[in-house]
This record gives sequence, structure tokens and C-alpha cells, in this order.
Amino acid sequence: MAADLWTALFIALLTIFTGYEVISRVPVLLHTPLMSGSNFIHGIVLVGGIVALGLANNTPELIIGFIATVMGAMNVTGGYAVTERILEMFDRSAKKKGGKP
Amino acid sequence: MSFPVSDVVDAIYAIAVLIFILGLKALSSPETARRGIVYAGIAMLVAVAVTFLTFFNSSSSSWSFGISLPVNLGLIFLGIAVGGFGGYYWARVVKMTAMPQMVAMFNGMGGGAAAAIAAVELLTSVSNRITGGLSIAGGIIGAISISGSIIAFLKLQGWMPSKAIVLPARQYVNTAILIVAVACGVLTLWTLNIFWLTPFYILLCLYGILLTIPIGGADMPVVISLFNALTGIAVALDGFALVNGPLGDAGYGMVIAGMLVGASGSLLTFLMAKAMNRSISNVFFSAFGAVEETGTQMKGSLKPIEASDVAVLMEYANQVIIAPGYGMAVAQAQGKVKELADLLEARGVTVKFAIHPVAGRMPGHMNVLLAEAGISYDKLFDRDEINAEFPNTDVVLVIGANDVVNPAAHRQGSPIYGMPILDVENAKNVIVNKRGKGKGFAGIENDLFYRDNTHMLYGDAQKAIGELVSALKK
Repeated sequence: MAADLWTALFIALLTIFTGYEVISRVPVLLHTPLMSGSNFIHGIVLVGGIVALGLANNTPELIIGFIATVMGAMNVTGGYAVTERILEMFDRSAKKKGGKP
Repeated sequence: MSFPVSDVVDAIYAIAVLIFILGLKALSSPETARRGIVYAGIAMLVAVAVTFLTFFNSSSSSWSFGISLPVNLGLIFLGIAVGGFGGYYWARVVKMTAMPQMVAMFNGMGGGAAAAIAAVELLTSVSNRITGGLSIAGGIIGAISISGSIIAFLKLQGWMPSKAIVLPARQYVNTAILIVAVACGVLTLWTLNIFWLTPFYILLCLYGILLTIPIGGADMPVVISLFNALTGIAVALDGFALVNGPLGDAGYGMVIAGMLVGASGSLLTFLMAKAMNRSISNVFFSAFGAVEETGTQMKGSLKPIEASDVAVLMEYANQVIIAPGYGMAVAQAQGKVKELADLLEARGVTVKFAIHPVAGRMPGHMNVLLAEAGISYDKLFDRDEINAEFPNTDVVLVIGANDVVNPAAHRQGSPIYGMPILDVENAKNVIVNKRGKGKGFAGIENDLFYRDNTHMLYGDAQKAIGELVSALKK
């Protein structure tokens, strides 16, 4: 039981360094897409919403779990679409045929 | 022997995590950025799909949904469909200039989901002190993140005054609200009575709102970035709580992805705050931009100039530096700016772009727009690289930027004192394109506009730069 928690803690500590290292040399140019991209990545919260709603066994839990799932799904798709749109602007060849955004 | 579902699920989660990290890595370099978001997208798809498998109980070979498969699974699919299509549609139809507030909004959704998951965890297993404590922590951060992000969204969207709003004694009131909220959370665990969760969440949302309301518009990039990092941490805390539960495998994925965002987002927030020479606590607690300077009389007057005169000035210049700001983004004038730069270069004028790290509403905002127009990266210069060049520059064209070129930053007692700015005032001629005579987003008077070497080119950036282009073509 508690062993799982310790494992998760060790993983979390290593992840903190990974996150820090991966970002440390990012050019200012990419600050906006990066913020948006990491906004998408924490959309993983949808997984938690699915688990919470899947295990819910009474009405209040179903309602709150449903809200969590809807919000998590919005975070995922909205976060992806926004990042994609921001990055699209870097692609010059694609931009010409697009016309006005 | 039963099918080892748990092992298969864990293996797939491990692969998804690897792709997430590769995606984030790819996102931090211009050549690979687009690939990065695709990687992250694939990882997300894999992680979400495999989560459904965790409900399969291999020892009894049955599905372990809370009520029944049709009810729980049906609601899951309905929720994903509603939220998924809603979020995608919304993100696709909004204007390009609204991207910053969309990041704030979708970040808020993530925070809200984290707060709601924490609530379900507390409803199901309030008696487990470890899970309960982690859920309370996730709930605190998630609730502050959603309420604060929504205020940030409303301010950027212009549905709420972007100016800093200051309430009396707010520091004490806010702290008191936070303490009472946390006390409600502790009481929930102490008494095992879920009644306390209602005031817990209400007070935390109130705290998030009150925390964000006094922050002026110029600081919003830092605020959104911080809420982004906070949501990541809230997701990780929920993950910790889930690891202890019946479907623990999903929790690890949340811990890793959440912490990844928490760490990289914190670093990004720090970099942004550093670019403005302010600490993060200063951004949140000083009500920046709310203090009106008194006693500083503006000397001189605003001198309007015609586009044709600017064209002549630029034509005979050796070097022109363009300093864009939010005004260029609003007017979508980057195409015209590119045209202007090409025309000047064809006449042998050196054209450079001065990019302040926090120009616009998000860091890198200007870089993105100029890249869209097809201006090559090597013409864009950071504040530190270009500041020494202004004294040798004949004409600086400021397009819809205000606070990032405000020399008040060098004057003690000014609310933006100490913020690193583009020292455009040192150039021989400064042309400021602005829509009107209003103040910048931070709400501070800009004495650059009153300097002898400054002239004002009034009008919407798209129109004004267009006139400049046609004047140059003559």
C-alpha cells in the first residue's frame, strides 16, 4: 500500500529534474507554444476523471466525476488545438494558402 | 492463469510517458516544435485509451465499474464527447489574437478537473488519511487554479477591466480566507464529515478570484504561466491519491505528466518574471499598476506625424529598428510590417526587430506573429542584444507597444521602476504608432511620447503601416 506511494514519490522527484532539464535551454521564441504545450500535457487529468467517474457508485460522485471528465476532455482537445494553431504560424508554406486567420 | 492486464497497462503507460517527455523536448526547439505536439498528442491518446483497460479485473475476469458498465462507461463517453468537441470547437473558432486567454481558459479547465477528482476521492475514501490529505492538497491548488485562470481569461478577453483592482486590506482578508479554507479541509479529514467540503471549495475559489483581481494586465503572462504550473502540481497530487486506490496504475501517469508540467512550468514562470525584473511574489502581492503616480507632470506635448513624413525619414535612414507590441497583434499588422521591412531593405536600409520578452500578452507572442509573416529569426533581437544599438539608430518604429518602452522604468518611485525595457528613447527619431491617446495595459503614463525626438503616428496598426508602405512605394 504505502510502498506504492513511496515509488510514486521517487518517480515524482526524478520527473522534476527531467522537466527542469528539458526546458532549461528553450529560446524565448518558443515560450508561448511551450506554455501551451505543457498546458495540453496536464490534460492527462482526464485519465483521473475517467477513473473517478468509472468507480463512482452514487449520484453525487457521478455528477462530480462527470464534471471532472468534461473539464479534463476540454483541457485535452482545447489545449491541443491552441498549441497546434500557435505552431502553425511557424510553418510558412502552410500559411500562404490559409489566408486570413 | 489470468491475463496480466495490470502489467500490460503499466507497460503501455511507460511508453506513453516516454513519448510525452520526447514531445516536451521537441517542443523546446524551433525545428522540431510541431513534431513535439504531435508526439504529446499520441501519448495522450495512448494513455487515455489504455485507462479503460484498468477497469478490467483479471482475477474475476469482469469489469469493475462503480454502478454498472452501461451507466459509468456511458457517462464517461458522454463526458469526453461533450468536453472534447466543445474544447476543440472553441479553440478552433476563436481569433488568433485570443490565444493567450484560451490558454488561460483551458488551463483553468484542467485545474477544475483536478479539484473535482479530489472531491470524488474525498467522497469515496475520506477515512484514508493519506489519500485524504493528498486529495485536500490537490483540491486546494486545483480550485485556486480554476478560479484564478477564469479571472485571467475575463481580463484578457476584456470582459472585466484589465486594470489592477485593489480592495482595502486585501492582504489580510485573502490570508484569512485561505486559512479558513484550509481549516475546512483539515476538519473534513478530522471529523470525516464531508459537509466541510462545501465551504472548503467555495472559499478556495473566492481566494483564487481575490488573488487574481488585483493583478494588472501587463503581468498576465506570468500569472497564466504560474497557474499552468499549479495545475500540473494539482494533477500530480491527484495522481498520488489515486496510486493508493483500487486503480493505481493510472495514478503514476498523472504523477509523471503533472510533475513534468509543474517543474517546467515553474521554470518558465521564473524566466518570465526575471525578464520583467520582478519576483513572482511581487507580481502577486504588489498590485502592480494600481498606483497612480502623482506629481510627475508630463513636459512637452504629443506631436502627431503623417505617414508620408515617416516614409521619408525611414528612406534616408541607415538603420531602422521596429519594436512591436500588442497593438500589432490586435491589428494583425504583421504582414504589413513584413512588407515595410522588405521595401526598406530593398533601398539599402538595415532593418532589425527589437523583441521585448513580455511584449504582447504572452512571452514569445511577437516572435510567433513575425514568424507567421515570414520574417526570418535572425532579424529578431532580444532586449539585451539590441539595447546598445539604439543610439546608432536613425529611426525606431514602435508599433502598439507601450509599457515595454516606457522610460518610467528608470525612474525611482514609478510603479514599473526596475523593469528592463527597450531603451528606444536613445534613438535619433522615435515614431510611435498607437490607436489613440490612452495609456498602456499597465495603466501608466508614458513620458516617451512627450520627448522631443518622439512623434506619434496615430491609427490602427494595419492601416497606419499600410499607409507607410504605400508612401514608400511612390
